[in-house]
Amino acid sequence: MSNSNNDIKLVDAPDGVSGAGFFATSFEKVIGLARKHSLWPLPFATSCCGIEYMATMGSNYDISRFGSERPSFSPRQADILMVMGTIAKKMGPVVKQVYEQMAEPRWVIAVGACASSGGIFDTYSVLQGIDRVVPVDVYVPGCPPRPEQILDGLMRVQDLAANESLRRRNSPEYQALLASYNIQ
Amino acid sequence: MELTHENVLGKIISKFGEENIQDAYNPDGIMTFTTNRDTIIDLIQYLHSDEELQIRFLTTLCGIHYPDQKDKELCVMYQLHSLRHNYRLRIKVFFPIADPVMPTLTGVYATANWMERETFDFYGVIFTGHPNLTRILNIEEMEYHPMLKQYPLEDLTREDKIDTFFGR
Repeated sequence: MSNSNNDIKLVDAPDGVSGAGFFATSFEKVIGLARKHSLWPLPFATSCCGIEYMATMGSNYDISRFGSERPSFSPRQADILMVMGTIAKKMGPVVKQVYEQMAEPRWVIAVGACASSGGIFDTYSVLQGIDRVVPVDVYVPGCPPRPEQILDGLMRVQDLAANESLRRRNSPEYQALLASYNIQ
Repeated sequence: MELTHENVLGKIISKFGEENIQDAYNPDGIMTFTTNRDTIIDLIQYLHSDEELQIRFLTTLCGIHYPDQKDKELCVMYQLHSLRHNYRLRIKVFFPIADPVMPTLTGVYATANWMERETFDFYGVIFTGHPNLTRILNIEEMEYHPMLKQYPLEDLTREDKIDTFFGR
């Protein structure tokens, strides 16, 4: 019997001032910490990378360890749009609509070659990368990427979420970015 | 009667004349011949209504593009099947790409509706008399007919997809 209490890993507290009976830190750090460890993904799985993501959800790789306990198959309450698989031009507006229905703050991961750049499907029917329709935060390379790579992409988003300024989504740069995609 | 290639071709030629039925051959066990735009609909209607042939099933209809054949660049190919005799037939109609017009087959086979829409979508063949000739598979904003052999494969707006990465 191993002592399972030693297997539990606690998150380190953010920098702050602690004294007898109080701990003071900034909102940004606390909210960043909370967001970082509760990123709920919206899996938009269209092909093989989606199968790879299912393996990532399984017990071996267990994406739940990262706080992505609930794959939200709805834009409601979802934080990360994970696009996995080939997006045909006909599917482009659907991806965009799902992205528009998500609430801020929201992040996007393009998993695999097809979602990132169209992959091997250099053809008239395939969208050459979802960054044509939605802004992308993290690209996961591979065809298909292994579950470890998908987890790594999720951890990159965790870094973004932890260090993001609370006002970033209101900044003119961000508004200009969304406007360049004709969103809002 | 036993449907052989000779019997069927003889019947068709005696009905429609040698000037309208050309180039009959059997590339893969299925008799293939060429006809023209004026004959095709009457011919398929005849094959359907003839009591002896009973060729009453449209297997497929699709476009073909031969960019090198002068004034015969486009082709519409019909495959028919007699379920009664298990006999298959292939008919081709060639026409110039500058005049991509064909009569519609929807009057004979309702199933030709979607097949002709697909042929219009990918090859730009206009079927006169079709009830709803709109794109069926590609996005409606598409401004070209992608199966015509006149477009480069590369998406010319990108630099990350050069031939090296694709073994071309």
